[in-house]
Amino acid sequence: MADFEVPELRKTPVIPKLEEGTMKGDGPFVSRAPFQEALGYPDELVDNWEEKALEKLDDLRGRYRSLQVYLDSCVKCGACTDKCHYYIGTHDPKNMPVARQDLLRKVYRRYKTFAGKYFPKLVGAVDLTKEVLDDWYNYYHQCSQCRRCSVYCPYGIDTAEISMAAREIMDSIGVGQKYCNEIIMKAGTIGNNLGLPEPALADTLEGLEEEVEEDIEVPVKFPLDQKGADILLVTPSADFFAEPHVDGLIGYAKVFHEAGVSWTLSSYASEAANFGMFIGSYENMQRLALRIRKAAKDLGVKRIVFGECGHAWRVAYSFLNTLAGPWDFLDPNYPVPQHICEFTYDLMQEGKLKFDPSENDHMTLTFHDSCNVARASRMGDKPGGQFEIPRAIIKAACNNYVDMPADTIKEGTFCCGGGGGILTDDLMEVRVKGAQPRMEAYTQVVKENGVTNIAAICAICKSQFTKVLPYYGHGMTDIVSVHQLVSEAIILSDAPKDDDDDNDED
Amino acid sequence: MSALSITYAVMFYVAGAILIAGLFVKIKQYAQTPAPLKIPTTPAPVTQTGVVLRMAREVVLFASLFKSNKWIWVFGWMFHLALLLAFFRHLRYGMSPDNILWPLVSLDLVQAAGKYGAYAMLIGLGGLFLRRIVVDRVRYISAPSDYLMLLLLLGIAGSGTMMTFVAHTDIVQLKAYMQGLLVLDIRELPADPFLLIHLALVALLMLIFPISKLLHAPGVFFSPTRNQVDNPREKRHLAPWAAAMEADRQD
Repeated sequence: MADFEVPELRKTPVIPKLEEGTMKGDGPFVSRAPFQEALGYPDELVDNWEEKALEKLDDLRGRYRSLQVYLDSCVKCGACTDKCHYYIGTHDPKNMPVARQDLLRKVYRRYKTFAGKYFPKLVGAVDLTKEVLDDWYNYYHQCSQCRRCSVYCPYGIDTAEISMAAREIMDSIGVGQKYCNEIIMKAGTIGNNLGLPEPALADTLEGLEEEVEEDIEVPVKFPLDQKGADILLVTPSADFFAEPHVDGLIGYAKVFHEAGVSWTLSSYASEAANFGMFIGSYENMQRLALRIRKAAKDLGVKRIVFGECGHAWRVAYSFLNTLAGPWDFLDPNYPVPQHICEFTYDLMQEGKLKFDPSENDHMTLTFHDSCNVARASRMGDKPGGQFEIPRAIIKAACNNYVDMPADTIKEGTFCCGGGGGILTDDLMEVRVKGAQPRMEAYTQVVKENGVTNIAAICAICKSQFTKVLPYYGHGMTDIVSVHQLVSEAIILSDAPKDDDDDNDED
Repeated sequence: MSALSITYAVMFYVAGAILIAGLFVKIKQYAQTPAPLKIPTTPAPVTQTGVVLRMAREVVLFASLFKSNKWIWVFGWMFHLALLLAFFRHLRYGMSPDNILWPLVSLDLVQAAGKYGAYAMLIGLGGLFLRRIVVDRVRYISAPSDYLMLLLLLGIAGSGTMMTFVAHTDIVQLKAYMQGLLVLDIRELPADPFLLIHLALVALLMLIFPISKLLHAPGVFFSPTRNQVDNPREKRHLAPWAAAMEADRQD
């Protein structure tokens, strides 16, 4: 199945010994001229790239306190060294968070600090050479920016901040990653990551409407560009096509239908994902975020709700107000933006949704906390709502639920292995190996608790699991959307009486 | 006045000036560099009071490190606590008895804690040093300066411990010397080898503080993942440079 060795699952999680260079390589496919230009970056490695890279480093140190403080503050205590899923899965020491940071920190020290300028050997500072740049490209694309290391660092040093800065520096000297940059170009011109134009999107949604009505005999709508609707739904474009994403989208539509609210998608802002974050580019991230602002204004909506997507929810919850606010033209009675899980949960609290959880009795569920939701955002008004709300929804929609081991969920959750711009076929080895810790935890509850499926609220997690579950002996359809469970269990008030429902279940 | 007394005085003035100026420059840099995005590691406090408590847990208890690795926590916390106790004990050597803090500093408890804390400091530092050599992951990330830093601290703690328990120095004369330094009056320094080693290493530590990883001490207070309030939806967060970009936004 693969031209690399799939890691064996550990019975007890012992910390692996270092194996230097196991993941040394050329990194993902390099970006090409049209994508680079669309994002405002040079086509190819510029002539005086060393100088330009150091200038960009200065620029970023001056704009981001996180970068400056984190470059200075690491004491090399080693607390993070066993926390990264890529280190656990690959054993490559450069995948230890501190060593990954050091790739940039060593250069910073060499050129920007007294000790590194005059005593480079003493403090481990190195010159910026082509070899170092190659290591940057390779290893900063083996980081999913999941922030697990930052939870365990005594100073909160966040490797994601460093890897974002490193990618921004590389882009600025003409070394971009094809996967991310092509997608940012598409989202910035067409409106979504898939490059799906308005007619195709309209067609798809129409097809969905027919399919759902045929299935449940209720006219659940999937409106597009409907002016004057109350709610703008911004969802990852994978929700329009991919499995199990689309089943989640059907779930959102049923919830909106049952709530009796008017809602719409926008063809102009038909993407929740924002890969501008992955490449550390405030400008590109803002450019994409402003499309949502424009769509909300043009359509005259009152609220914005985001679909199931991890990093999108980070950008939405934590950054959208900064990037594209203020949102004073929307209804002040609702937070901007809201997560679809918050929306559904609020309706549940008000007693407006009814479920028949036995519809999901053929499954025993566990929940994968997606990293950006768990460690970089919130739901509801209490800290930790991002853990409680999705679980409350699953438990309302399903009778059988089991959590994975405590140190692998919530704020300690393991990344799926595909986040942060890694979800591309040219990084398959990184993805499969990086999934090992999550697969171990999942396998444990499968064996010990009879778990059959794993639910998630992130488009990247869903796509990644579909791909990697089979490598570890599980079915690719084990992964489900949270709102897919809602979709199965929700009882729509205007549904025709289903006569074979109650009789043959028990 | 002996050349030794003058040399050490100059050394302390230079080291002190560099420590203060260096820290001032770095703290100013940290304070003035904007944090353009809300990036607290969540779950995070939703109020400023909550942030103060979170920071206190980090700085006093090393809460994140405790979650992370019990061995590093034990050794690291032991060392830092001993450092604090030693600091309080040492205040006596630069403070006159009419200082308002004197009753506190001269308490037997404070003095004894500082005295026996020396062992905790040596054990803590020794443990960290051993880990750096023995654990392959930590060895991989260590530069020569990382070992030397621990040796420097061990040297300071060791020479201090020797003076406390084995070869006392003339503490009255030392106190006069230190109080003299504070009023720019260079007096006679006792020429005991452990004292001279102790003071020279402390001056060296002061010198390298603002140009080394010891910047973690001010750095932790400026860490956005730990010091930000989790309220991005309620309150718009905008850095000056981001606001400038927004000035020519069309919408």
